[in-house]
Amino acid sequence: MSDTPPQTPPGSATPPAGQAIKPASRRDRPQTDAESRWHGVFREITSGSAIISVLAVVLALLVGAVMIAATNDDVQQSAGYFFSRPSDLLGNVWGAVSGAYSALFQGSIYNFGRDSFAEGITPFTETLVFATPLIAAGLGVALGFRVGLFNIGGRGQMLIAAAIGGWVAFAVDLPYGIHLVAALVAGILGGALWGGIVGLLKARTGAHEVITTIMLNYVAFYLVSYLLREGFLRTPGSNTPKSPASKETAVFPELLGADYNLHLGFILVIAATIFTWWLLSRSNLGFQFRAVGENPNAARVAGISVQRMYVYAMLLSGGLVGLAGINQVLGTTTSGFGATVDSGIGFDAITVALLGRSRPWGVFVAGILFGAFKAGSFSMQAAEGVPIDIVLVVQSLIVLFIAAPPLVRAIFRLPTPGDTPRRPRPIIVTEVAAK
Amino acid sequence: MSTIAPVSLPTQPTPPDDGPATAVIRSWKTPIALGIFTVLGAIMLVAFGRDGISTMVLSTTSDLIQLPTVDFPTRATGIVISVLLLAIATGSAWLVRNSRKTPIWLIGVFAFLLLLGFLAWASAGASIPIPGLLFGSLSLAVPLIFGALGGVISERVGVVNVAIEGQLLAGAFTSALVASITGQPLLGLLAAMLAGVLVAFVLAAFSIKYFVDQVIVGVVLNVLVSGVTGFLFTQLLAPNAATLNQPPKFDRINIPFLSEIPILGPVLFRQTLIVYIMYFAVIAVYFGIFHTKWGLRLRAVGEHPQAADTVGIKVAATRFWNVSLAGAIAGAGGAYFTLGSVGAFGKEMTAGAGFIALAAVIFGRWDPIRATLAALLFGFASNLQSVLSIIGSPVPSEFMLMLPYLVTIFAVAGLVGRSRGPAASGKPYIKS
Repeated sequence: MSDTPPQTPPGSATPPAGQAIKPASRRDRPQTDAESRWHGVFREITSGSAIISVLAVVLALLVGAVMIAATNDDVQQSAGYFFSRPSDLLGNVWGAVSGAYSALFQGSIYNFGRDSFAEGITPFTETLVFATPLIAAGLGVALGFRVGLFNIGGRGQMLIAAAIGGWVAFAVDLPYGIHLVAALVAGILGGALWGGIVGLLKARTGAHEVITTIMLNYVAFYLVSYLLREGFLRTPGSNTPKSPASKETAVFPELLGADYNLHLGFILVIAATIFTWWLLSRSNLGFQFRAVGENPNAARVAGISVQRMYVYAMLLSGGLVGLAGINQVLGTTTSGFGATVDSGIGFDAITVALLGRSRPWGVFVAGILFGAFKAGSFSMQAAEGVPIDIVLVVQSLIVLFIAAPPLVRAIFRLPTPGDTPRRPRPIIVTEVAAK
Repeated sequence: MSTIAPVSLPTQPTPPDDGPATAVIRSWKTPIALGIFTVLGAIMLVAFGRDGISTMVLSTTSDLIQLPTVDFPTRATGIVISVLLLAIATGSAWLVRNSRKTPIWLIGVFAFLLLLGFLAWASAGASIPIPGLLFGSLSLAVPLIFGALGGVISERVGVVNVAIEGQLLAGAFTSALVASITGQPLLGLLAAMLAGVLVAFVLAAFSIKYFVDQVIVGVVLNVLVSGVTGFLFTQLLAPNAATLNQPPKFDRINIPFLSEIPILGPVLFRQTLIVYIMYFAVIAVYFGIFHTKWGLRLRAVGEHPQAADTVGIKVAATRFWNVSLAGAIAGAGGAYFTLGSVGAFGKEMTAGAGFIALAAVIFGRWDPIRATLAALLFGFASNLQSVLSIIGSPVPSEFMLMLPYLVTIFAVAGLVGRSRGPAASGKPYIKS
């Protein structure tokens, strides 16, 4: 680091020096300055955080393109006679990559093959459908991150939410409207319950949440499997482990009519995003959450009950993930669900939360981006035969590159902007005091 | 440790949170946990007791020394074991009352008795092949142990390794590919270790050089490896399965004499090379971490990097190379999937084993031996289910499958409690 404080007396001034270095080298997250917020925002814009994000996406897509091209049969064949006709290879590479990515775009944003705008925009509504559970679960994971908890238990929380909410949806008779709300609340409570167990165990016994969430994932999976096979979730007279279909009164209404799959879940997710934003940045509880997340010891000294915060945080986190679970049952697969109704969303949510940097609106955008990838990957596979897994590669690379701005800057030879951290004032004070 | 000043007033509230404990706090967690297990055990063994004879077969047919089979009258065994469990739980409560700790061996005896009672109960009117049960357990545990060892080294040096899953999967893929092409399982193993190192390099580079949150890198790497291997599997391996995905498996090697030890011999010493490497790795990692200069430095960097830096240890380099070593070990575990057990690569074939290994690391409190034991426990529990489903267990198979995970939760909450990892684990060291 170039900004090492010069010849401070080793004994006295070392601790402030150590503190002062941190914000300088972790440029993206200034923490200690009093005016850090506005200063941080300013620095973030000048250092081109948005540019980094765009470049990260570009880089990830480039890597994906290399993989698509390298495994394409035509490309491999024309690579065999590259030196006699190099144009063949380049043409084939271009064909493979552009074909795949245009299929990805047309499957997720806008299909130019259709006549009217109303039909052409259908893929984008599909994107929002895929994004809905990702955002909800991503918010839950992000909330956990902000309190310093790593919630890998999305799968279990979604399954329990789907089981309880799904049971209300197909087994209980209630009037229109009330039924929907009842099933929704039951699902959210189910997820909150499953998450709350983790919080309670951590608070009461100190059990590490990474262990308990992973273990509860398996417990929930086998529990729901059993209930689907022999318990109260079983479809009478059927041998397949699948629940009965949700009743009409509990199903989310379609937002844009029957031609589109977009349903009420998306509105709920927007509300959940606003709620999480309000909770984390405007409410008293959220302040305590963040205090615990930044430094549990300091929070305890400040009079915050760290244990209680863990329980509340896991309850809320589980509830948000539960929203994703119940969304699947009431919105996406209303014809009955199996034990894999979570379809990996609980794990995808971790990536979504990371890409959104655990900020509610960041998670929202990240969820839509990942939803687009998911929606587009199917048409990419159908049209070009490119395996869906390429999307996982691109998604993970995006998160990786965004997390490491210096790497992206180094690759694109960008200057290191904002490299003018103010000389930390405390050091000067101590030096003066020492003299 | 086991003595306490008896003058400390009982009215003084004992803080449950961690912090430097000045006096040993009477923790009722162990007796409570044992009590719950006793009650559950008694309900199962006595209230829902089953009649019949439980037979345990102790020898395989190929053994030199044939042990006789052991018959238990199921109900009587259940009652005796319940009484013994109760005695141990009471003894533990008495020890805590006198401000002493429950010795670990007593918990071990308790667990063994509970297990024995359960086995006898589940196998009423049938026979359980004990060597087969243990052999399968070890087989399932091998990749977990490799992964856990990688996790222990990596976390001890101060880098949280969530990427074990990715390292296992990368190892499984590369070993299948290389062994199929070359026809040499040993080369496949080496390739798997290299693949693990490669994943670890990325983890190390991002977390040590770019100070990216280690959990983020780990999670993302898992997704990345899953995506890359899945993509290449669909594009390359699946269409050319005969040439690219048919690796030769390791042969079993019987160690003379040792393999004839009753019960344990067939389990431990009729294994493939990769399992023998695993034994060596466990001992080497244990000895290395706690009894060598390398281990001392490694732990110093993980506990207090600033202090380590002050005495001249290169923190970044130590972390980098040890994370790579951890990747190599975990990668070798991945090779076991393709070259040891299954014999071909399949998409997502590790199926969460890396996360179980991570749980074993924490369960084992970042100690190689204990993490190994935890991994063995997971392997045993998974295999128990499949053995019991063959002989026809009275419990729905889902609950049997659930059992290891429930036991882990109870154990972590009741017995292990607040496990404290290496102090600087997960924190980047920024040299000032």
